[in-house]
Amino acid sequence: MTKITVDDVRKAAALAKIAVTDAEAEKLATELHSILGYVRQLDAVDTTGLEPTYQVTGLTNVTRADELIDYGTNREDLLKNAPRERDGQIEVPKVL
Amino acid sequence: MITIADIQKRIKSGETVRGIVEDALSKVEASADYNVLISVVREPALKRADQLDAKLKKGEDIGVLGGVPYVAKDIFLAHDTIATAGSNILKNFDSPYQATCVNRLEAAGAILIGKANNDAFGNGSSTENSDFGVTKNPYDKSRVAGGSSGGSTAAVALDIVPFSIGGDTGGSCRQPASYCGVLGLKPTYGRVSRYGVIAYTSSLDTVGTIANAADDAALVFGVIAGQDDRDSTTLQDKPASFMPADNPTKPLKIGIVKEHMRSDAVQPEVLAAVNLQAKKLKHAGHTVQEVSLPTLDVSLATYYIVAPAELSSNLMRYDGVKFGYSAKDAKTLEELYGLSRDQGFNAENKRRILIGTYVLSSGYIDAYYRKAQTVRTKLINEYAEVFKNYDVLIGPVAPTTAFKIGENSDPLQMYLQDLMTVGPSLAGLPAISVPSGFDNNKLPIGVQLVGAQRSDALLLSLAKQLEDSK
Repeated sequence: MTKITVDDVRKAAALAKIAVTDAEAEKLATELHSILGYVRQLDAVDTTGLEPTYQVTGLTNVTRADELIDYGTNREDLLKNAPRERDGQIEVPKVL
Repeated sequence: MITIADIQKRIKSGETVRGIVEDALSKVEASADYNVLISVVREPALKRADQLDAKLKKGEDIGVLGGVPYVAKDIFLAHDTIATAGSNILKNFDSPYQATCVNRLEAAGAILIGKANNDAFGNGSSTENSDFGVTKNPYDKSRVAGGSSGGSTAAVALDIVPFSIGGDTGGSCRQPASYCGVLGLKPTYGRVSRYGVIAYTSSLDTVGTIANAADDAALVFGVIAGQDDRDSTTLQDKPASFMPADNPTKPLKIGIVKEHMRSDAVQPEVLAAVNLQAKKLKHAGHTVQEVSLPTLDVSLATYYIVAPAELSSNLMRYDGVKFGYSAKDAKTLEELYGLSRDQGFNAENKRRILIGTYVLSSGYIDAYYRKAQTVRTKLINEYAEVFKNYDVLIGPVAPTTAFKIGENSDPLQMYLQDLMTVGPSLAGLPAISVPSGFDNNKLPIGVQLVGAQRSDALLLSLAKQLEDSK
């Protein structure tokens, strides 16, 4: 397996939206290299003719009637955990 | 060792529910050293106790778990409680609604007295990855309680409560149950609703039951199991009863899992414990033979692709905007995301998020993620083949008994703890950790029973049989 570099870590961190520090990135490169090296043992497993499994009990497209259900959760309950709130809305830094 | 029946007897003989709850709360204080709980639910618990006492006074029924105190892993949302998932990023997260399991336990009369410690977001096998400190093993304070549901199992082992609920994604109830000498049930995938349970790996996450006795686990499991409109992955059917007495075990064919009995990988006393339980089962009239599932050898590698991949998606919601920790010094939205997540998640969370992101990223998704999900199919097929000829599989829960705090500092070394528990998880099978004696250091050993999907009741019956043949 090719070496996992600090650049690889930075790329993944950017996708994952985690602002890792330089020291973290160095350490993570070594750790990820060791873990990803371990999981690559799957390369040797013959899976010819098999499909991937994403759901194990065979349920597909479980739907319910398209109607409004009151779960008893109100706006105030949901907003009480918002870090910044104004006028009943969640506030974020300006994006435009 | 306390059981649900003990509590019920005390109530019948005139003790108040408030007295029972106060007693449990005083035990929480007495075992503060072990760091079992992240938060104590004192006032709501006492209020609920008074309500039940009032009902009792009027001669009303208080439910099958009436007045029985319990704790829930801190991934469960419950009214009037903070749900941290063991992470600083949710340190102040005030549950806006309540998990279905908690609702069902409440309706049956059980009383939530605390939220139990766990590795942050279930990312760990020892609670050393909890942002609220490690839970110490009830049998040896220098050792871990196991994880990730270490607080839930320690609470039962320390006799604070007769039962608890936890989460089991790759072994998180079974392994700590084994380390703490209690019974831990991981149900069939979809048997218990996950509504209101903080997600780790959606295709693997289950709600586990922890107790001192098989009858108690069955009673609690019967209360929380069943279809839920708020969790579309729940199974539609529900068996009549999980109680061992209602499901007597006829002679069964039991397979000892060869791949998990290697003397170079497993502590000798653990192997001896499995062999002793197998012997007891033979004496009880069951057939025991060695079986082989070769793909189990790569189940851990499969798990450590699938779990981080799904984790990285599930944890994307912690963005510093809607709820949870939010970085104070961010100037732009991008910075708010990046800094909140870097400062809020711990090292193991970040490690797994980055592994997950990497194996899902363009150019690698086929080699890692799809390959792992295909190996998963191969493992599922192997289990299906084995269950044509066998009813139950038996083997160790973990390669060793509880290890020392700080002993497994290398992440990969820690992952090896999950070697025997991730197989059933990947296939959605029920599995149970049964207390099975002690090693030379007087540390508890757990033996794992695994069944086909929907055979939860059978496993509980067999666990009960082993309990009785002590």
